[in-house]
Amino acid sequence: MTALLHADGLSVGYPGRVVGSDLSLDLRGGEVLALLGPNGCGKTTLLKTVLGLLPALAGSVRLLDRALSAWPLAERARMVAYVPQGQASTFGFTALEMVLMGRTAHLGLIARPGAKDRAIAQQALDRVGIAHLAARSVHEVSGGERQLVLIARALAQQPRAVLLDEPTASLDFGNQGLVMRAIRTLAGEGLAVLFTTHDPNQALRCADRALLMRGGRVLGEGAVGQVIEADGLRALYHAGVLQVDDAAGGPPVFLPEFTDQATKR
Amino acid sequence: MEHPHRASSDPLKGATPAVRQSRPGGVSWAVLVLVASLLLALTQGRIDIPLSDLGQLVWSLLQGAPAPNEQVQTILLQVRGPRALAALAVGAALAVAGAAFQGLFRNPLVSPDILGASAGAALGAVLGIFFSFGVFGIQMAAFAGGLLAVALVYGVGSTVRHGDPVLVLLLAGIVIGSLLGAGIGMVKVLADPYNQLPAMTFWLLGSLAGAHANDLPSLIAPVALGTVVLLLLRWRMDVMSLPEDEARSLGARTTCLRLLIVAAATLVTAASVAAAGIVGWVGLVVPHLARFLVGPSFVRLLPTSAVLGGGLLLLIDTLARTLAPVEIPLGILTALIGSPFFIVLLRRASRGWT
Repeated sequence: MTALLHADGLSVGYPGRVVGSDLSLDLRGGEVLALLGPNGCGKTTLLKTVLGLLPALAGSVRLLDRALSAWPLAERARMVAYVPQGQASTFGFTALEMVLMGRTAHLGLIARPGAKDRAIAQQALDRVGIAHLAARSVHEVSGGERQLVLIARALAQQPRAVLLDEPTASLDFGNQGLVMRAIRTLAGEGLAVLFTTHDPNQALRCADRALLMRGGRVLGEGAVGQVIEADGLRALYHAGVLQVDDAAGGPPVFLPEFTDQATKR
Repeated sequence: MEHPHRASSDPLKGATPAVRQSRPGGVSWAVLVLVASLLLALTQGRIDIPLSDLGQLVWSLLQGAPAPNEQVQTILLQVRGPRALAALAVGAALAVAGAAFQGLFRNPLVSPDILGASAGAALGAVLGIFFSFGVFGIQMAAFAGGLLAVALVYGVGSTVRHGDPVLVLLLAGIVIGSLLGAGIGMVKVLADPYNQLPAMTFWLLGSLAGAHANDLPSLIAPVALGTVVLLLLRWRMDVMSLPEDEARSLGARTTCLRLLIVAAATLVTAASVAAAGIVGWVGLVVPHLARFLVGPSFVRLLPTSAVLGGGLLLLIDTLARTLAPVEIPLGILTALIGSPFFIVLLRRASRGWT
């Protein structure tokens, strides 16, 4: 299967400041790719470049058979959706109003969403399991629910790929599970999904493939079962890693090491 | 089991509640304020006109018959009517521009003069007074000053290529606003302290006392144009109140939309400042009141702000000319009434505020 989004030999960063170089990635429909790496390794910059929010400094990003930069803004938004970290918005729009904004790329400049757009937005809320929040203000719901609202908004864009920036950052334990479940739902429906995370266990259980980044370079890329292992994580984070195996044969659990004895291993 | 999917028999799916589409009560409050203000404005004044006389006049005008009372007709059509229309236009303009800028800058503390429109208009007006222009000339100088100031701010903001464009624009507005303030101070120092300085001071405090039927088109045409543009774009303004990256990833052409919104909001602000001088409070507080009534979505917020802003400024202008034997400057009264009102509202409305 050919890639929906394909980046090759990519340099990312800002004018006069290269954050990452020689980066490559492939994103395919129905597949979840996790992007792992320490703080400041260039994950978010890579994400923004792949979204077209930042221009590539070198190399190319292709969306289907065309260079990403050649796509008009609205057409691109109908292909690729972005889910930012769920910080509170300035104004307390209702969840439904927020999700309706996902229809922007489908509507003309002075158009307002109609009955069809409303139905699509309702359905998007439903798909991530928060239809009951439609009339609630995004200021009144929990951080996890707000993240789900943003995922529903991405769905209302009717894209073929969804890119999420640390979707579980600052969420409590239960809400992390809700968001991971929503991500699997998207992939189950055939969407290509990319998310960044700080938790290798999430990547191992939720993603199909993982891309490991350190210092603006790719350290490893492949099926999660192969690239997410103790030695690889030690090299990625320059930290001690404790592996807890599952007696029932499931994937292992990795924990950051913090006792003296273990760091010597 | 590892990747649980939501089953299609999800209990939540059957429980989709009826969604609140709007709060119709909110808009009717705004309309009520407008109608009550209009009746008060037309009937109250140095000469009280009973409601029955007002009704008779309207009836005879509709019939095409001669007015039953010529004095009443003159007062209503030559004096109070034009002044009421001017107050409605200025109030609506300031409220709509304030709401638009609060959304664009993602900051509920922003008022319509944030990009220097008022400061530019004030400099234009004091220069007009300094060079002894006529009333119309002073208005035009103020209008041009407001537009030029915002164009300058926008131009300076656009030359900065990095950073959040919204924040850059805001900072450019503050810096150039204070520069224009220095210019106003300079002109006041140079002005004739017996003739020109009182006129400048009075202009800067705001008043609608000079509103005449002849001046109305130069106020109402730009206000109507800018307001219509903003009303047409009002759903996009919801999207524009999101962070830049989010709005762009949703497919909104932010650079072009921002320019359109700033141009339209500046047009209405400059026109109203040129007609009425500096009238604070309305552009800051009315959008909050409207948001309290109908929620933050611009689809309902913008029309409600326009109606409420027009109605409230008309009410305050009526008070300005009836409370005391001497007319109270509008800017002073809006601040006197607005500030405590705002504080009470802040304390009571902990929810549904933004």
